[in-house]
Amino acid sequence: METSTFAAKVGLAEMLKGGVIMDVVDAHQARIAEEAGACAVMALERVPAQIRKDGGVARASDPGMIKDIQSTVSIPVMAKCRIGHFMEARILEALEVDFIDESEVLTPADEAFHIEKTDFKVPFVCGCTDLGEALRRIGEGAALLRTKGEAGTGNIVEGVRHLRTLHGHIRRLTQMRPEELMTEAKEIGAPFALVKQVAETGRLPVPNFAAGGIATPADAALCMALGAESVFVGSGIFMSDDPERRAKAIVEATTYWQDPAKLAEISTGLGEAMPGLEIDRLGDSERLSQRGW
Amino acid sequence: MSKTIGVLALQGGYQAHLKALDTCGYKTLAVREISDLRNLDGLVLPGGESTTQIKLMKRFGHWSVIDELVRSGCPTLATCAGLILAASHVTQPSQVSFGWLDMDVTRNGWGRQVHSGEGLADLESTRPHFGDDPLKLLFIRAPRIQRVGQRVDVLAMTNGEAVMVRQGALIAASFHPELTDDLRVHRLTFG
Repeated sequence: METSTFAAKVGLAEMLKGGVIMDVVDAHQARIAEEAGACAVMALERVPAQIRKDGGVARASDPGMIKDIQSTVSIPVMAKCRIGHFMEARILEALEVDFIDESEVLTPADEAFHIEKTDFKVPFVCGCTDLGEALRRIGEGAALLRTKGEAGTGNIVEGVRHLRTLHGHIRRLTQMRPEELMTEAKEIGAPFALVKQVAETGRLPVPNFAAGGIATPADAALCMALGAESVFVGSGIFMSDDPERRAKAIVEATTYWQDPAKLAEISTGLGEAMPGLEIDRLGDSERLSQRGW
Repeated sequence: MSKTIGVLALQGGYQAHLKALDTCGYKTLAVREISDLRNLDGLVLPGGESTTQIKLMKRFGHWSVIDELVRSGCPTLATCAGLILAASHVTQPSQVSFGWLDMDVTRNGWGRQVHSGEGLADLESTRPHFGDDPLKLLFIRAPRIQRVGQRVDVLAMTNGEAVMVRQGALIAASFHPELTDDLRVHRLTFG
């Protein structure tokens, strides 16, 4: 058997569809997430809202904590490394995490280059805000994308913007004439072969999930309706009043996003959501979605 | 009239199955509501996270309806997580299952994602059903079949280990035929 082929990497992303990947900071939270029906967990030391509050440099997590979570749950365990920090990524690979998130939520380690991801055995997920960024990450070997949104805010507005920007652009590509595609590739800074492929198929070559600002079952359903194939929920669960119930409700809403009557039932009596932040009040340096290029 | 095949679409790899079945020429239905399970000519239980799927099926009432449907002889293809649900005994960790197939299965039996990959089935194992063209196998955090009961037929092996089995109208595979361009497993199941 040939392991870690691109098909095997994208295959895991396919299996995570229609599900919720939850940020967890310890084994106790990981168990709550699994019990609620999460299809994977993201192991990190602090959720994005806490990282915002604390400030300072945010780095990859202690391997001990990741191992602890791996031995607690049977679902896939993901972990984050800093943008461009291929040594953190090698450490996560040695730990055999199931997916590495090269994430703007942590402080970037390289201001010019993202990680070359093709020669890793572990698949990568990367954030994007538009089509050019998405295709650059796929060009570097990412097996899964997530629109960035604005992590740690409990505000879905940036996530919506990124989903609409990405999918709107994909639809426009499918309308272009062949001779327009090279100029388009140049303008958005994306590999031509991938631009051509998206124009022909009308979809990205890897799945795209939504992340950043999802705090309610309705937020998750909105992302699914805008074309996301799964959702990542960071601070939205464990910074809320009742994480168990909210986690379960967001899992159900991601499955039944097309059914408003069920969503009404699912959304009932969940207690307070996490406190939200207005994006306009954030300074440029506080906008995590502007990290990466 | 072409057959209508339902794919359980609660969580997991349902999109790829819907596409594969469509390519085969079947009518397809993404099954979310209990009423979607009526009048199907076949059912697919896709890969994904079996723990998530079990919780959703139990919460929304699919569990007993699907159990009855498959036990009544509805042609069914269960892949990866689906195979785990179909097995009579599941370990690592132990969990509830429908138990249609008399076999023991270990979850993530080859290890974590870094051990996922592609290969070919042993030709002699698949020749009776698929001829001389080897069957492509794609494994994703795959379950491992540890024991197969006497009433269960092995349809494919790799390195001497069973990776696809059949009992009655139910076929279960630990790999993902829906993620390859090889649609023979779908055709064999649904005719």
